[in-house]
Amino acid sequence: MKVININSSYNSEFVKEVEEESGQKLNLCYQCGKCTAGCPYTDEYDICVSQIMRLTQAGQKETVLKANSLWLCATCESCTARCPNQIDVARIMDVLRHMARREGYGGTGRVKTFWDSFLSSVKNNGRVFEVGLLVNYISHTGRFWTDIDLGPTMLPKGKIHFKPTEMQGKKEVEKIFMRFKEESAK
Amino acid sequence: MKIGVFVCHCGSNIEATVDTAAVAAAAREFPGVVFATDTMYTCSEPGQDEIVDAIKEHNLGGVVVASCTPRMHEQTFRRTVERAGLNKYLFEMANIREHVSWIGKDREANTNKSVDLVRMATEKLLRNRALHPKKFTINKRVLIIGGGVAGIQAALDCADGGLEVVMVEKTSTIGGKMAKLDKTFPTVDCSSCILGPRMVDVAQHPNITLYAYSEIEEIKGYVGNFEIKVKKKATYVDWKNCTGCGICMEKCPSKKATDTFNEEIGKTTAINIPFPQAIPKKAKIDPAFCTMLKKGKCGICAKVCPSGCIDYEMKDEFITEKVGAIVTATGFDLFDWTVYGEYGGGRYPDVITSLQYERMLSASGPTGGHIKRPSDGKEPKNVVFIQCVGSRDKSVGRPYCTGFCCMYTAKQAILTKDHLPQSQSYVFYMDIRATGKLYDEFTRRAMEEYDTNYIRGRVSMIYPKGDKLLVRGADTLMGTQVEVDADLVVLAVGAESSAGASELAEKLRISYDSYGFYMEGHPKLKPVETNTAGVYLAGACQGPKDIPSSVGQGSAAAAKVLGLFSKDQLESDPQVSIVDIKRCIGCGKCIQTCPFGAIKEIDFRGMVKADVIETICQGCGICTSTCPQGAVQLQHATDNQILSEVNALCQF
Repeated sequence: MKVININSSYNSEFVKEVEEESGQKLNLCYQCGKCTAGCPYTDEYDICVSQIMRLTQAGQKETVLKANSLWLCATCESCTARCPNQIDVARIMDVLRHMARREGYGGTGRVKTFWDSFLSSVKNNGRVFEVGLLVNYISHTGRFWTDIDLGPTMLPKGKIHFKPTEMQGKKEVEKIFMRFKEESAK
Repeated sequence: MKIGVFVCHCGSNIEATVDTAAVAAAAREFPGVVFATDTMYTCSEPGQDEIVDAIKEHNLGGVVVASCTPRMHEQTFRRTVERAGLNKYLFEMANIREHVSWIGKDREANTNKSVDLVRMATEKLLRNRALHPKKFTINKRVLIIGGGVAGIQAALDCADGGLEVVMVEKTSTIGGKMAKLDKTFPTVDCSSCILGPRMVDVAQHPNITLYAYSEIEEIKGYVGNFEIKVKKKATYVDWKNCTGCGICMEKCPSKKATDTFNEEIGKTTAINIPFPQAIPKKAKIDPAFCTMLKKGKCGICAKVCPSGCIDYEMKDEFITEKVGAIVTATGFDLFDWTVYGEYGGGRYPDVITSLQYERMLSASGPTGGHIKRPSDGKEPKNVVFIQCVGSRDKSVGRPYCTGFCCMYTAKQAILTKDHLPQSQSYVFYMDIRATGKLYDEFTRRAMEEYDTNYIRGRVSMIYPKGDKLLVRGADTLMGTQVEVDADLVVLAVGAESSAGASELAEKLRISYDSYGFYMEGHPKLKPVETNTAGVYLAGACQGPKDIPSSVGQGSAAAAKVLGLFSKDQLESDPQVSIVDIKRCIGCGKCIQTCPFGAIKEIDFRGMVKADVIETICQGCGICTSTCPQGAVQLQHATDNQILSEVNALCQF
């Protein structure tokens, strides 16, 4: 475990950036742990959400942006809903994900690939096309047998479609992606 | 004597492990008992009415209640039997709660023990006599010991209530710890601005006599009539004529005297006035540093004093004051933090106490209100505060929470930012205890508005690194070890009982806990009384307290004194020793053993006899066990009464 020097390792730029992008004041957090208490993914996290908050407060940029938890967060917003100080914790998690991508941390390989596959599926089909996502993910990671055991159960129930379902507003969804690309290029 | 026995359930407190109905049934067989019953709550109104009704219906001559400890309800039931026309000493109590039901779970054994205790009580009651208190006049003057904010409040409230007040203060100025503070939480009021006028009021109040630089030498007497011997320590300055001009301080060549008022942050002169707002504003000489007193050379202060007040020959003086009540407000002292080797044990000049920091923040302090590192006088950038230094730490014998350090640390962090906007404060804490009105909001403000970095964890070591101090501790919320490069470290030193508290308690005959804090009469219901009649408590001498609590208790103690003095006469407790003159052989052993000096020698038809002064006797019974003749008997606990209890218990 690393010894943290509170002064020299404090990244004030990072704290400022998180606060600006999220519109949240980090020192409002008094570390009661209610966000962690309600988070349904804590058992999968490497750093629980209240510690992400504390590390962010303490300006520990690298530790935070390297955390796998950022990518496992489901944005269910239990943390936001329950925070006694009305901090939008889920928004902070989102900002941290953006920063991590921008700065090249991007989670570990597989998590990044899954997110990319997921988003490209939504972009192409207006909503997620599970089999397409699976093929994309497997072809990039080589994990052919991942979750294969779920197939025999899901197939007879008609849960697996081999063609993307047609939906309304597919064009509009694509436009969101276009707009994001333009905005972030500015 | 016809006796009635009432066995209390105390809800389920007793009934759960004692068969009270069986105890009552057994009691009906005891000699003298004509009536016995069990009741749900004997102390309640219907419970007491049942006793009154039974006394009238069965023409009872005495009552036994088997319930809780006499400390809880003896007075209650004595009043009940008095209401029914009986003398209140024709009542006995058997403690079957604290002594039985709360300490054992075996219902059968508990029931048997309760029966034994009730049997003892009835046997004693058969030998009780009606006792009648005597009346005596009281001296409506009050002594306040200690001139801190609690003592000041008690003194002013008593004086405004028309009482004559004598205040004795150990140091040369009143004001106590509060006078040393720069600001107060949570309002960040200037401490001396709010306390100063109260101090002036004490000095100017026509009803208050102030003895500063004085100590209590001896206390004699009892409630209503105490006699106090006050030692006025030699100041070597005639205070009647000293104008407090301060010229002596300017000219004194001995400039390295210990500055206790400034917590030794700076030095002072051998002749000094502690601070500009001191009350009384009079100079005194510290003999340990005065060249004239040590070597007989110098005498400069005597030459420059425009009123000719200096008297190198001055001696301690003793004064006797007579009062009817005493308020003890002796406050607290700081824990000696140098036992903590991990914080440097006093080796690092830039590790200071919170009270030293307070003097540094104060505009009238030795640095003129500038925050400077004691080592090099530089302004610090990173200030680290460490909480719970000598609080909540069993390893140094201080397991209790001082209770106000969280708040003053938050205040000092806020003031640090006000004084040095470029600075950054860090607070190592375990929990933030901010339970007063607007207190939690205040600590939040330190974090949210003043960007104080609160780190949850203790510090394990401080060591020098270049001209800085490296503070290593834990951040339990991040779950790791952390380090801070500090320019200045401020220790939130906890409170302990004031030096000499236990010696004073022995003079006052009041009890104190294992830490030297004075014991209140009851932890919930008698917070300002002591177990000695006429002695009251105010402020942190009873336990660590912040300013509003100390002031509140000062007022409460004053209210108790005013209530006591609302009567012109008090009743003495008739449970005192009496000498049977026929049996007394005049050996004088009782006179020697009496701790209160309550027994005197008298001449009876040419024979030497002992005689008890009833108003001084405290009923301790030491004389009765000393007397070789059994001539001295403590009323309500005579040898016959005690032996009848023993016989009742040891009959099988």
